[in-house]
Amino acid sequence: MTALTDDTLAAAPHAIRDEMIAFGIMTALLLIVPFTGVYPFFVMQALCFALLACSFNLLIGYGGLLSFGHAMFLGTAGYVSAHALKVWGLTPELAILAGTAAAAGLGVITGLIAIRRQGIYFAMITLALSQLLYFIYLQTPFTHGEDGIQGIPQGRLFGLLNLSNPTVLYYVILAGFLIGFLLIFRTINSPFGEVLKAIRENEQRAISLGYKTDQYKLLAFILSGTLAGFAGALKVFVAQNASLTDVHWSMSGEIVLMTLVGGLGTIFGPVVGAFVITAMQQYLAGYGQWVTVIQGVIFVACVLAFRRGIIGEIAHLLRRSL
Amino acid sequence: MQALYAQLLVGLINGSFYALLSLGLAVIFGMLNIINFAHGALYMMGAFCAYFLLNLLNIGYWPALILAPIAVGIFGMILERTMLQWLSGLDHLYGLLLTFGMALIIQGVFQNYFGSSGLPYSIPDALKGGMNLGFMYLPIYRGWVVIFSLVVCLATWYLIERTRLGANLRAATENPTLVRAFGINVPRMITLTYGLGVGLAALAGVLSAPINQVRPLMGADLIIVVFAVVVIGGMGSIMGSIVTGFALGVIEGLTKYFYPEASNTVVFVLMVLVLLVKPSGLTGRAN
Repeated sequence: MTALTDDTLAAAPHAIRDEMIAFGIMTALLLIVPFTGVYPFFVMQALCFALLACSFNLLIGYGGLLSFGHAMFLGTAGYVSAHALKVWGLTPELAILAGTAAAAGLGVITGLIAIRRQGIYFAMITLALSQLLYFIYLQTPFTHGEDGIQGIPQGRLFGLLNLSNPTVLYYVILAGFLIGFLLIFRTINSPFGEVLKAIRENEQRAISLGYKTDQYKLLAFILSGTLAGFAGALKVFVAQNASLTDVHWSMSGEIVLMTLVGGLGTIFGPVVGAFVITAMQQYLAGYGQWVTVIQGVIFVACVLAFRRGIIGEIAHLLRRSL
Repeated sequence: MQALYAQLLVGLINGSFYALLSLGLAVIFGMLNIINFAHGALYMMGAFCAYFLLNLLNIGYWPALILAPIAVGIFGMILERTMLQWLSGLDHLYGLLLTFGMALIIQGVFQNYFGSSGLPYSIPDALKGGMNLGFMYLPIYRGWVVIFSLVVCLATWYLIERTRLGANLRAATENPTLVRAFGINVPRMITLTYGLGVGLAALAGVLSAPINQVRPLMGADLIIVVFAVVVIGGMGSIMGSIVTGFALGVIEGLTKYFYPEASNTVVFVLMVLVLLVKPSGLTGRAN
């Protein structure tokens, strides 16, 4: 069985050094965005999706678990943060904390259910769980059904930073993205991350070596869900709304697509994939449902001919780990 | 009580669709090791196929009941030959991703041309009207859907569990290499299996056209419920898929009567309960 990711480069020399250089380039590029005239709203949105895709990639790329319901964390954190800001009148930092904590709690519950099955069943279960949440959010009053929560006040972060200023908001979102990204980077390169990779490659052997694989998978799932929720909480400040779109299965599909396009199991792939797909949606917004068709074509093309993804191909060509 | 029986009937009809669809998924999974995410889209294509036959070629319901599954089945076999077959040997998850992409393409194309609203498809003359059973009023078409689906499900069960072709199929599921050594053309069998599973989905689509209208997204949400059905039933047994499908439809119907707020979610909640009690599914083998 061919594994999901191209791991022939795992032992590449200076892997960490290459990755640090790439991280430096990425950070520098993102820092100068407000001075380049690129529409900051687009980059902020892409950054939220990038963090989301990175959290998804932590599960599939390093744990071998395909979650087809990651939108539930995005949507849950979004709704809770939006409600906290608008109805409870909490400060932005507390609202982000509340949203992220809600996603973490959801991760514990859904994780305990989903890790009871592996492989294809895991994907179906996460999809079904997110659909269950979708219907709950459709019916509970606090989400305002089809309308969603709109007109969310952005407020001041720590009482200082005025988030209704686009430039300030941009750097806050960027900081949030970088914190999440580094956390994932650290996790992947930790002993915990190594055990996860071992489980992905051969769970039976990992069990025979004495690892309680269920606990590792559950922890990875909770961590991934929490970070996806963090991305959802940040996105509330960008979009200023929280709606059913963010919990829908098509959103879960888009997260998968971003990661697949960028490169499953690569560190920077999900970021690139998120920018590519978000840009595509911006440019093709006028073409109605053809966007869905194009997304489908990209899915098919990636699976049939381009399984390494953009960053995976580059890494393969350069014989580096990215 | 009238309302309860009416909801039970709706439940049985939904159960018929769950059974036909999960049966197809199980058959395909057995041979191809792929969870066919495009199943909902192909179910929708079955309904559209009946609609086209009627409105473009003036071919009615009865021929459509045979022609639509064959047409969509052939379409499915082309998909298998041109795309799915390249996935053998890769991780199962790629099959899910590929068929998800195919579902997006098919549904997106239909949405472009037909929007999201429903197109009407009328009940054939022979099945119009209803009869009074004393305790409830039974619309004939609805009764027909339940009985016909049951017959098709049992015929499929018979085909797979009791015939020589089915025996070959089951053998190839267990050990394809060994079956090939006996001179049986396994790749062709895989293609035909996919066609069969897809044909069952299209048949469910034709059956549902007069009840649910013909919509591009009619299969998109349904397939997720069917996934939950498959998780509950497990894909190990054909009869298990059929029984689970019908049973969950009935439970959903009962929920609509007793606690309508939960009717959308009851199948998913049951899935959670089954996973907590018996993770391998009700009829599944431990993995």
